[in-house]
Amino acid sequence: MSNEQIKNLEEIFEARIAREEKIEAKDWMPEKYRKTHIRQISQHAHSEIVGMLPEGNWISRAPSLRRKAALLAKVQDEAGHGLYLYSACETLGVSREELYQQLHSGKAKYSSIFNYPTLTWADMGAIGWLVDGAAIINQVPLCNTSFGPYARAMVRVCKEESFHQRQGFEIMLKLCNGSKEQKDMAQDALNRWWWPSLMMLGPTDAESVHTEQSMKWKLKRKSNDDLRQQFIDQTVPQADLLGLTIPDPDLKLNKQTGSYDFGAIDWDEFWQVVKGHGPCNKERIRARVAAWDNGAWVRDAAMAHAAKKDGQKIKIAI
Amino acid sequence: MDNNWPLWEIFVRSKNGLEHRHFGSLHAADADMALENARDVYTRRNEGVSIWVVKSSDITASNPDNNGELFEPAKDKVYRHPTFYKLPDEIKHM
Repeated sequence: MSNEQIKNLEEIFEARIAREEKIEAKDWMPEKYRKTHIRQISQHAHSEIVGMLPEGNWISRAPSLRRKAALLAKVQDEAGHGLYLYSACETLGVSREELYQQLHSGKAKYSSIFNYPTLTWADMGAIGWLVDGAAIINQVPLCNTSFGPYARAMVRVCKEESFHQRQGFEIMLKLCNGSKEQKDMAQDALNRWWWPSLMMLGPTDAESVHTEQSMKWKLKRKSNDDLRQQFIDQTVPQADLLGLTIPDPDLKLNKQTGSYDFGAIDWDEFWQVVKGHGPCNKERIRARVAAWDNGAWVRDAAMAHAAKKDGQKIKIAI
Repeated sequence: MDNNWPLWEIFVRSKNGLEHRHFGSLHAADADMALENARDVYTRRNEGVSIWVVKSSDITASNPDNNGELFEPAKDKVYRHPTFYKLPDEIKHM
């Protein structure tokens, strides 16, 4: 194809998106669109899969059967969300094997938040309340993104996600209405998860390299800073209700804007964690790779069994 | 190692009276496992009463590049729609 023909196709393509038409996997698309989507959807899938690890840590130690059933269901949902997203990503012509390879080698990123440790039961509350809360804010606009398979996966993810946040808030509420030790534990969890949750919504608009293109393709509908402000404004009253203090001395309601002003985020910490130097980066990838490698014989055996059964069917047919 | 599980397309009937609809895809070693995985991945909240699984490689799909010749001929055949035919006002329902 000549450069001019490609340019023409690109114009038609951009016009389709501007008209809110969806792009499906087999449609012509610019190479950059394909690559950007593979990167974002796979990062999203990896985040769901790695996101199971900090919580999996607490399933066997949940304080009651009710909590255990809920946490188990939440972690199972995360596995499911990872699978919806990997499938959506594969429609773009990348194999599951390749995607796993990128995760395991450290080439692909996942959400920085999952590189923090889960030290107490209250962390299960804080993660559901804050981390899933921030994730929902990030994800809801993606239900209308331009790439059909991604948008459809996100509709399903968002439907399931709100239980995650509610069960987390309920854990916090219970602790806050409990003994002093329990309330202190909730406050400690909030202290540790607050700033990483704000960072989770991504670098500031000035630092964000992909924003403009992503807005055009509706991979992003609001900027990182707008999403962060929305998250803070929605969360502060919830912390008040719990009787917890958000660990930011500069946080206060701005009467003019109706939004909360907040203190400086430690972006050095964010970039350190993104680059692999967070408290648990190595542990997370090690656990993930071990799970995959240790499962190899099961996958091989399942394939051998399937081949054997296929062989029997052919014999009967003859 | 080339022992990767093949891809399956999953179709779910939400309730009797409705058709099976494409829900997504997943990897599984064989059809039985695809059914079991589909139950866990796509029907954790009573989304279905029946599941079909089809190996993705067994599906033949039309090519969007051919959409013009495939679908455009239908566009100028307005006489296939009831609104093409004018009726006298006295006839209320037909």
